[in-house]
Amino acid sequence: MQKKMDRRQFIKLTGYGGGVVFASGLAGFGTPAFAARKKPPAAAEDFYFVQLSDTHWGFSNPAVNPDFEGTLKKAIAEVNALATPPDFIVFTGDLIQTTDDPAVRRQRMSEFRDIAAGLNVRNIRYLAGEHDAALDNGKAFREFFGETHYSFDHKGVHFIALDNVSDPTANLGEAQLAWLAADLAGRDREQQIVVLTHRPLFDLAPSWDWATPDGGKAVDLLLPFEYVTVFYGHIHQENHHMTGHIAHHSAQGLMWPLPAPLSVPKKGPIPWDSAAPYKGLGFREVKAGHEGTSLSELPVKA
Amino acid sequence: MKRSIQPVAAGLLVAAAGAFGFTAGWASDPPVQKIRMVKVSSKRYEFIPAQLTLKKGETVDIELSTEDIVMGFSAPELKLRATMVPGQVSHLRLTPQEVGRFDFLCDVFCGAGHEDMNGAITVVE
Ligand SMILES: [Cu+2]
Ligand SMILES: [Fe+2]
Repeated sequence: MQKKMDRRQFIKLTGYGGGVVFASGLAGFGTPAFAARKKPPAAAEDFYFVQLSDTHWGFSNPAVNPDFEGTLKKAIAEVNALATPPDFIVFTGDLIQTTDDPAVRRQRMSEFRDIAAGLNVRNIRYLAGEHDAALDNGKAFREFFGETHYSFDHKGVHFIALDNVSDPTANLGEAQLAWLAADLAGRDREQQIVVLTHRPLFDLAPSWDWATPDGGKAVDLLLPFEYVTVFYGHIHQENHHMTGHIAHHSAQGLMWPLPAPLSVPKKGPIPWDSAAPYKGLGFREVKAGHEGTSLSELPVKA
Repeated sequence: MKRSIQPVAAGLLVAAAGAFGFTAGWASDPPVQKIRMVKVSSKRYEFIPAQLTLKKGETVDIELSTEDIVMGFSAPELKLRATMVPGQVSHLRLTPQEVGRFDFLCDVFCGAGHEDMNGAITVVE
């Protein structure tokens, strides 16, 4: 465990007027190497959660990922092997590979749910991706995993799950934006807020479909709050971006990696490298608490 | 280009007429403003054609249609987008101002091949 840990990348996005601080090769949580200028006062207790994303269960092209049946299970075994279990686990969408057949969609979701039941931690939060929800406005997803947008509190941190995928045009929509405004109304502006969603809420690369057309409206509603961090998926790689003082972090996927935004003429999976199997696939630990938010990226081990 | 000395509307007209090789002398009979129409149809999961070549400064009317289900046409860098509904045509008018390649994509999730449904507008001098 310790040996593994010093290969991790730690990232501290202060968001406290301090911008982005990247720190790699640090030994563990609680390392005082990244100094926040100002600490968020509201959260009382430290904890961590795990983010898994873009598992695309049902995908079956061995040229892209020859272990298409095993990668998710491997990641789950690695989460189960973590020295300290996380408080909860979140899947940020694209649980299954899309299919035009509603029966196959439900079959894949049912299989996915059975595999996820192998997680030792039973507190699991699910978000939808367009592969799960865009062809039926989230109907099958809700049958298996519950609502597509919701909020909850954990140890003083307010979590908000936003749905930018059930609408086939990838908008949050006025109804959800009104819900978000109501959820935030009257809230302490110094409370830590973590937003979970599938697609970037900002224009990362609209010509690659890496955006949410009305995502800026959600960001505007969040801007008055001092400590906001967004975790998302969709782009199958890490990306770290600030809109004002709000930090946005995308996660690696668990089926195939994608190239850096607009780095190649045509977006498509990075081919499997048999010399470095599972390269670019992994998951993330997010530590939250009185020091703010810090991240640790873990690769799927070969 | 000499367009800077023309009033804007006339400049557009000259550019459009010029593209067809017409002379721009409208002293005798005012030319009908002919705008080239470019048709793009779509179906699961492609645009036909997927590659368009346009001339800088030439105004075109892109007529969009879909053969099967609702699709979106979006060229974000050109700030162009339209929804295509079966049985209807939609139009987008464009006068490209810059040469280069501008990708477009379907931005309405339309099925299993949606993510490969894209194309590009190439603007040349
Ligand atoms: Cu996605
Ligand atoms: Fe995905």
